[in-house]
Amino acid sequence: MYQLAVFCVLLALGYGFGRFAETRHYQSITRREKLFAELPTLSLRSAGEDEEAVFKTQFVSANVVISVDYFKRVAAALRGFFGGNVQAYESLVDRARREAVLRVKESCPGASHILNVRIETSSIHKGRGNGVGSVEVFAYGTAVYNAPD
Amino acid sequence: MIMTNIETVPGKAIISCFGVVSGSTVRTKHAGRDIMAGLKNIFGGELRGYTELLGESRDEAIRRMQQQASQLGANAIVNVRFSTSSVAAGAAEIYVYGTAVTVE
Repeated sequence: MYQLAVFCVLLALGYGFGRFAETRHYQSITRREKLFAELPTLSLRSAGEDEEAVFKTQFVSANVVISVDYFKRVAAALRGFFGGNVQAYESLVDRARREAVLRVKESCPGASHILNVRIETSSIHKGRGNGVGSVEVFAYGTAVYNAPD
Repeated sequence: MIMTNIETVPGKAIISCFGVVSGSTVRTKHAGRDIMAGLKNIFGGELRGYTELLGESRDEAIRRMQQQASQLGANAIVNVRFSTSSVAAGAAEIYVYGTAVTVE
């Protein structure tokens, strides 16, 4: 009985705080994505730029670790029983990737574009036997600054 | 030290090549961060402690790689790549490697 109560409290806390954190994070992501819409990230190795116009290049990288809440973990475990899309984790990795790319962009304001952007995802809790839990996303690329006219 | 993760340095020509240079770190988290992370696992959200930890380890690995490159007399590293592996439970190895070159 006591255990059930703890479980329910954790579930409610996870649901409440998790939803709040996710909504707020998505709001912040959308706002900042609009702010940096002018700075394109490319997965190409070369944008066919004029070599003469390049002022400087800089290696840029950023990472973020995001954890899933208790409610989502339980929801995902249930989903694992029935099979299908695990929406709980889809939004987790989506948030993490967009946040990491945004941090890369924030680290090089004034660049004209970022070349060869790579995104690496790894699970932090690997080997602990409790599933995904939290993911780390690491994004990196080469920022190209054009010469000031 | 110029670093890129493409084969060239845009706007500069590569004069000579020194081969692969690399740097690595193995780091583990401390208990305080683990407790905070445990709490965050209930509420969800960013684990700032881990973000910082991994960021610092990558910086350290990059620093070691740059040191090796400058010992060789290079002034740039091209085609930089990262790889992460977990060597033991709770410890992660971050390995970074690239090709040391000199550009004009």
